[in-house]
Order: sequence, then structure tokens, then C-alpha cells
Amino acid sequence: MVSRGQKFLERFYIGFVFFLLYAPILILIVCSFNASKARTVWGGFTFNWYVSLAQNEEVMAAVRTSLVLTFSAALIATILGTLACIGMTVMKKNSQSAIMSVTNIPMLNADIVTGIAIMLLFVRFAGLGMMSMLAAHITLGVPYVILNVMPKLKQTNRSAYEAALDLGATPTYAFRKIVLPDIMPGVLSGFLLAFTISLDDFVITYFTKGPGINTISTMIYQQVRRGINPEMYALSTILFLVILVFLWIVNRIQNDEPQAAEAQAKGKVAA
Amino acid sequence: MKRYLKIISLAGVMAALLIALVSCAGDDSASGESAAAGGDNTLVVFNYGDYIDIETLDMFTEETGIKVQYEQYVTPEDMYTKYQSGAIPYDVICTSDYIIEKMIQAGEVQEIDRSGMKYYDNLDPVYLDFCKAFDPENKYAVPYFWGTVGICYNTSMVDEEIDSWDILWDEKYAGQMVMENSMRDAFIVPLKLAGKSINTTEEGELLEAQEKLKEQKRLVMAYMVDESRDAMIAGDAAMAVIYSGDATVAMEYNEDLDYVVPKEGSNIWFDCWFIPDSCKHKSNAEKFIDFMNREDIAAMNFDYVYYGTPNKAVYDELDDETKEDTTIFPDEEALMRCEVYKYLGEETEKFYNRLWKELKAY
Amino acid sequence: MTKRKMLAGPYLVWAAGFIILPLFMILLYGFTSEDGGFTFSNIAAIADPIHLSALGQSIVIAAGSTVISLLVSYPLAYILSKRTSGKTSTVIMMFILPMWINFMLRVLALQMILANTGILNGILGFFGLEPLHILYSRKAILIGMTYDYLPFMILPLYNAMCKIDRDLVDAAADLGAGRFIIFSKVILPLSMPGVISGIIMVFIPSISEFAIADILGGSKILLIGNVIEQEFNLTNNWNLGSGLSLVLMLFIFGSMAVMNKTDADQEGQLLW
Repeated sequence: MVSRGQKFLERFYIGFVFFLLYAPILILIVCSFNASKARTVWGGFTFNWYVSLAQNEEVMAAVRTSLVLTFSAALIATILGTLACIGMTVMKKNSQSAIMSVTNIPMLNADIVTGIAIMLLFVRFAGLGMMSMLAAHITLGVPYVILNVMPKLKQTNRSAYEAALDLGATPTYAFRKIVLPDIMPGVLSGFLLAFTISLDDFVITYFTKGPGINTISTMIYQQVRRGINPEMYALSTILFLVILVFLWIVNRIQNDEPQAAEAQAKGKVAA
Repeated sequence: MKRYLKIISLAGVMAALLIALVSCAGDDSASGESAAAGGDNTLVVFNYGDYIDIETLDMFTEETGIKVQYEQYVTPEDMYTKYQSGAIPYDVICTSDYIIEKMIQAGEVQEIDRSGMKYYDNLDPVYLDFCKAFDPENKYAVPYFWGTVGICYNTSMVDEEIDSWDILWDEKYAGQMVMENSMRDAFIVPLKLAGKSINTTEEGELLEAQEKLKEQKRLVMAYMVDESRDAMIAGDAAMAVIYSGDATVAMEYNEDLDYVVPKEGSNIWFDCWFIPDSCKHKSNAEKFIDFMNREDIAAMNFDYVYYGTPNKAVYDELDDETKEDTTIFPDEEALMRCEVYKYLGEETEKFYNRLWKELKAY
Repeated sequence: MTKRKMLAGPYLVWAAGFIILPLFMILLYGFTSEDGGFTFSNIAAIADPIHLSALGQSIVIAAGSTVISLLVSYPLAYILSKRTSGKTSTVIMMFILPMWINFMLRVLALQMILANTGILNGILGFFGLEPLHILYSRKAILIGMTYDYLPFMILPLYNAMCKIDRDLVDAAADLGAGRFIIFSKVILPLSMPGVISGIIMVFIPSISEFAIADILGGSKILLIGNVIEQEFNLTNNWNLGSGLSLVLMLFIFGSMAVMNKTDADQEGQLLW
């Protein structure tokens, strides 16, 4: 059904967009092997930044803080957001759109506004520390979860769920067996986007962090003034490669799964 | 469904492994949770990013037993916003002269008790005199580093010898010049070119300066602060209004670069330590400031930061080549043409902000 | 029914604490003057020509990057959804992965690509082509924003399209529908929820963006995000900054209300 020319074009297009997305990353990887500290000058090939990175306790502490903070923030945001979406589906249209509008506030406000507002809140009622950072990051992540889960829920086939109820399934069971698998990709992308947003954030983190705490992001921004330490490029490269390996493993698992193979076969037939 | 569980648990394992991995690499307590105001023997230090040799902090803790919580910021405005919120009780802060003066006038700075300081005399009186412009009796601020504002230019792209600010209006270099992206620093250029003081509060003079800057805007490639250093190194720009510290770094990487403090004069800036009124450990803060003035510590920080040091004991020990580097240590004549910023008062500050916004929107 | 409603409870409590309460603070600042009295002047300040033009620039650039991302992502998501069923999470990860590299580092890398003596011009020069002067212009800001927000458009689109039942497409084809009809009558309406999520996730955050304008635009173009940031940080006028933020919020809610209205008819049937 699909001509070879079209197939080639499709492949070319995917490749092209991927190339655009990854080109800056490639440059950073190259920078991590640059012996010169200035990013616009090539000073020869070196592994030194990786060595000094491993010895830099300050950076390691920041990486640790970032991972713990980001992972827990994204996880909590995902749970909160997904539950909220499910609850919202049985609400009236008006209350639904009211909640959606409130949800969008942290996303549409300039970071500095959200950051300062949450900072003021914590200064008044508690101190700044890991908790205030966590709260800010969760708040930042929830909108992305809701925006990813909501469309999936709207697309979910209601009749299948009702049929299951008619056949005697409890709502929880029907939900787990029918709705949850359906919205899972949305939940997963929501989690990943919340993770991404939290990992990347500087402004809000700066204003809500307690003394002596650094994340990868605050660390990098503080270096902008005097020139980025190439150890940061090395760190990014390692992070990138670790996730790439992880992806490859996931891909393998999926291919092993008979279910997945089936789905794939189905996809091929459809194409 | 099972597949997702598998993936998510795999992700969890990976995250746990990563965390374990980094935990092994360094075992110090990053859990700085709300210990800020706590224990008596701590000190919360707030400084520009990457503006100290971290080893000196460890040495300080080792010698005095005072635990340092080190915080960094990007711009003085970031610093002031966070300080003002009262979020964290900072004990000692390092920042730029004009902010310090503003804070002194707002009563947000404490007098430093110098009686216990052993190394204060290491500071060169010449620079302490300069500091009197914003701290008349030298009782609030202790200089840490200093520098000038000037033009860094690429000799392979600029034929003539630059000695005046007026080159920044030369059509020949349209789209090749980088202007300062910091309000007061940008106004130095037209004010000095017109022979005015950089501390003028005359609205007419400021308006005239803004007119000049508007006229210049179409020639400007970009407004940058310290990033102009990278643009100069790469050869993207022919010239940039830049801090001497950045110029020094740029010149290290690109031999074609040169730096000049224009003949019309410029600004000499100081980054100083001071004790804000949020301080909870004043004697520790004073010990810290004194420690920063000690010859060996100041020398370590000079080597790391490589900006002009006000520490005479360090300067005297430098080799001749460094002493004669006019980028960090301009000759006396050039220095005398430079002015220190003064805080202009709330009204003029507002006027300035307005002019700056108009320029950016122009 | 009510039991299911309760599931939204934790989030509602959270939103009250960390969204509504801070919002009240913004309201408080926005409606008071610097000496504490009640005023509308911070809201009215949007009428200042400088602020209006900054808002206009922001809208144009945010809309531009939203449209470009949509045009780039839509076919991509469609192709991917056809070819990769069963590997969804891997595909999603492939798009998110670049974003796990710090924003600042990515933008600086873009700067290195687009600079006058940068990599792009190096490649063009190699082929004997004229160098481009992209960096420090509106074009560069547009490229940077599109680059940064592209994954936020691709993901919801891809998720929505994976969900489209292939049998529907096949049935339409069997019944003699041409490609265009299939697209406009089947694929487009069914992918609409994804399109809307994507537009929201790209347009809304990009309208208050300022860091990209500073780094890639050379700080020559004043966006509303820059104005707000400077009011908070540089001039320390939190009142004006809050007032302008409120106006921005109102504007966005207004445009979303319009979008919700157009979306309302389909939603009725699709709602689970």
C-alpha cells in the first residue's frame, strides 16, 4: 500500500528531525573532550575533564541532589496529576475547566514569578531547604502530567469500561484492566516531562533552595559568568550515554515481550 | 501493563544505582536541610559563582573549626532579591560596590569590627581610598577583587589603534560590536564620551546619553555581560565593552586580542566582602574576612580568579610579567581617569531603569 | 461516582496550597503600590507602549514557534505512530533524551552552531556558500524556542495518534475515502486532543520565556518575560512585575477559553 518512495521520505524526515534535536548534544559531547577551557577554541583531545569530574565532590553532591529531587518530584507529581485526571472525568464541565485553568498557572507564569511566590510562602511558614525545593518542583511538574494524561483519558473507550462493569467487574478492577493500560503511555510521558522540567529548572530552584544545596542546574548557571567548566560537558555526556544504554535495554525487553511482538506485527499489517 | 511495570522498575533500579554511585564518590553531607540558622559554629557565605578557590574554604574550616555553608549567585540583583526576602540568614556576602552602597544607605550593612583582624594591613591603601567613594570611612566593606571597564578588540579585525569610546559609533564595525548588557556599565560609554561623570544625576545628561545609545543600537551585534568573552575568543565580534577580568581570560585564548581603558576615562569597580544585617555569626564572619586577607589565601584566590587584587602583600610577591600586565593592573595614569560608582538614590535609579527599558524596547 | 471524584482531592489540596496561595500573593503585590496603598496602576501599566510592544513581540514569537513546532511535529508523530506501535516508550524517550541535557548548555551549543564564525557557517563555507547571519536576531530566538519546546509538541501528538484505531482508517479507505478525506475526517479530529495539549504546552510557557531571547537574541529584543523578570530582579519593583504577570495570565486564560469553546463539541462524546 505504501510506495517505496514514500517510505524513504518518511524515514528521511524522521532522521532529519532527530538530527536537528541531537546536533547540539553532539557538540556538547565534542566539547567534553576539548582540552581548552574556552568553549569556542579547540585545544586538543583530552579525557581530563572526566577524571577531574569524578574527583569533584561538589559536582557529585549536586548530581545526587538533582537525582533525588527530580525523581521524587516527578513521581509525586505523576501520582497527584493522574489521580486528579481520573477524578476530573466525572466532574461537571465547568469545574473541570476551572481546575484546568488553575493547573496552567505555574506553567504560564514567568519562572521568576512562581519562584518568588513560593519562596515568600516558605519564608513565611517554614524555612527554605530540600522540602521547599521539592514542593516547588512538584508544583511545576503537575501541569505537564495532567496535560498528557487528560487527552488519553478522553480517548479511552468508555463502552469497554461499561461493558466490563456490566459483566460484573468491580470499578477498580475494570479500571485497572481497561483504563490504566490505555492511559499508561500518557502517564509515562507526563512523568518524563515532569522529570525533564524539574531537572532543567534554574530560576525556581535558585529562589527556593536552602543554603549550601546545589543542583546540576544551579551549578551550571553559576558558572556562566566566569565560563562553563568543561566538567559539565563531561557530566552531560555521561548522563546522555547512561540513558541511551537504558533505552537500548528497554527496547530489548520490549522486543522479547510476546505481547509487544504481537502489537508490532499488527502495526506492520496496518501499514 | 506488565511491560510498563518492568520498565518503571528498571528505571527505579537505574536511578537507585546512579544515586548509590554518586554517593560513593563523595560522602560529605549535602543534606544542608535547614541547618542555616542552627549550630553556632557555622557561617553562611554568599558569593558570585566560581569566584573563590574552593580549597580556601576547606582550609578555613580546618583551621577554625567553623563550618561554611557556601552559596553562589549569578548577578548582584539575584543576590539582592534573595537576601531581601530574608529566606536565608547570610553571614557574609561578597558583591559589587554600587549594591553595597545601596545597602549601606538602606541600613542593611553592619559595621565591621577590625580590632581582631590581623591581616587587614595587607590591603593596599590606594584601593581603600577608592573604596571611600561608597564607604567613606572604610567601615563596612573590605575589597576582594577589583577591575576596570574597557574595550577588548581583535587586532586582526580592527585596523586602527583604539583609544576612545567613539569607535563604538563607527559604521565600519556595524554588527561586529558587543555592548555591555548591564545598565550602568552601558551608560559609562556615552557619559564618558561626552565628558560627564558616570555618577551624574542630571536627567538632561542621562537623556542625551540614552539618545547616543539608541543611535548605536543598530550597530550593536548583541548586548552581553560576561559572555562577551566567548564571542571575543571565537572571533565573532571585533570589539566588546568588557570587564578587565574577562578581557584577561579572553586574551589568554586568542592572541589577537587587546584591551584598552579609553582615554576619556571609565569605571573602576570593586567586589567587596561585607556583613549584612541578617548576620547571625558576626565574629565568625569577621574571622572569615580576615582569613581572606591573609597573604597565602589571597594569593590562592588571585591565582584562581585572576582579577586585580587589592592585597599588597600578594601583589609584591608577583613576578614582573604579571605586575606589568596592564589589563589586570592598568598604569596609574589610566586608573586616575576612572571613577567608582556611587549609588544615585532611588529617584535617579528609577529614571535610569526607565531609560534602560526604553533603550531595550527601541 | 463521588468516590472517583475524591481522587482529585489530593491534587486540589496541593493546588490550593502551592498555586492559589502564591497567586494571592501575586494579586496582593499586583494591586498595591510600592508604599502599600491599593492601586490599579500596575495593571494599567500594560498600556505603556513599551509593555504593549513587548507583549506583542512575545505573542508573535510564541505563536510562531508554536506553529512551526506543530507543522514539524504533526507529520513526524503520524509517521512514528504508524511505524512504531509497540515501542511507544522507546520513541517517547528518544524525544525527551535531548532535553535531559541542561537547558543552558543546549542553548549555548545552539549559539555555537548559529554564530557568525559558528559551525553552520563553517559547513556552508565548505560548500562555497554565503555565510548566514542568524544569531542575535528574531530568527535565532524563533529557532531556539522551537528547538526547546519541540518535544512538548511531539509527545502529546504522538500519544494521541497511537490511540487512533487503524481499523477506522482502513474502513474509511475501504469505503472509498481518499487520503485527504481520511486525514480530514478521521485522523485530524481524532488527534485533536493531542494537538490542543501540544499547543498549550508550547505556547503558554514560551510566552513568558526570556532566557532564550537574552542568549540567542543578544538581548536586543525586549519580550514581556524580560520586562517581568527585570521588574522583579533588576528594579526590585515586585508590584509592577506582579501586575504585568496578572495581565499576562488574564490574556492566556482568555485565549484558552476561546480554545475550550471550539473544543467543546467533540469533547462531549469523547469524554470517558
